[in-house]
Amino acid sequence: MKSPSFHRSPGVEMKIEICAAPFDPMQALAAHQESLTGLCGRYGATVVFIGTMRDFNEGNSVQSMMLEHYPGMTEQHLQQIVAAAEQRWEVLEVLVMHRVGMLYPNDPIVLVAVWSAHRAAAFEVCRAIVEGLKAQAPFWKKETLDDGAQRWVEKNTAG
Amino acid sequence: MAIHVKYFANLRDRLGRSEDTLPVGEGLTVATVWSRLWPDRPLPPMILTAVNQEYRGLNHPVKDGDEVAFFPPVTGG
Repeated sequence: MKSPSFHRSPGVEMKIEICAAPFDPMQALAAHQESLTGLCGRYGATVVFIGTMRDFNEGNSVQSMMLEHYPGMTEQHLQQIVAAAEQRWEVLEVLVMHRVGMLYPNDPIVLVAVWSAHRAAAFEVCRAIVEGLKAQAPFWKKETLDDGAQRWVEKNTAG
Repeated sequence: MAIHVKYFANLRDRLGRSEDTLPVGEGLTVATVWSRLWPDRPLPPMILTAVNQEYRGLNHPVKDGDEVAFFPPVTGG
């Protein structure tokens, strides 16, 4: 789906990726920024959010986590969340990567990176995408605790 | 021709299957798709619903070939 943003420079597309295998957000960030040759000199601010799996949740030790998604709807909603944020603030580029599958503590879950001319838009859009993703994108987590018991995470933490 | 129904996460675990197919009927909505498939099981509270991968309410009409999904609150990120 093409972004309806009016601020985007020609030829630059937001990148949204669902990753079935572990990824390195620092490497992905560096590689993506290097690819932004058309934006050289235009961005003055980059804001990055990385979500990482903890080894605890709601007072229990967590051994692993299965992240499930609704293929198709997830990508479509991430596109919509990014497009909505881009309509409110002037940004140049957005990168969103989100893991699915089996994760272990310290594994990266999500990367949201935003490039803009000035910092205010980058901070606002990064926050809006992270909060929109948590509230709307169809992902679900099933935890395996240290004693082997499994439970679905019922809701995201408030912040 | 039919309605394609999907269940995700703990709802799928509780129902014991991930999808269903329902013959098309007159005046179907998201709510009646559920009640025809699960006549003895009220739709659990908090369940979210989508038609063709967009969030839609229980009264949203459902037509031939639509994909209807039922799932619990999302917990990504």
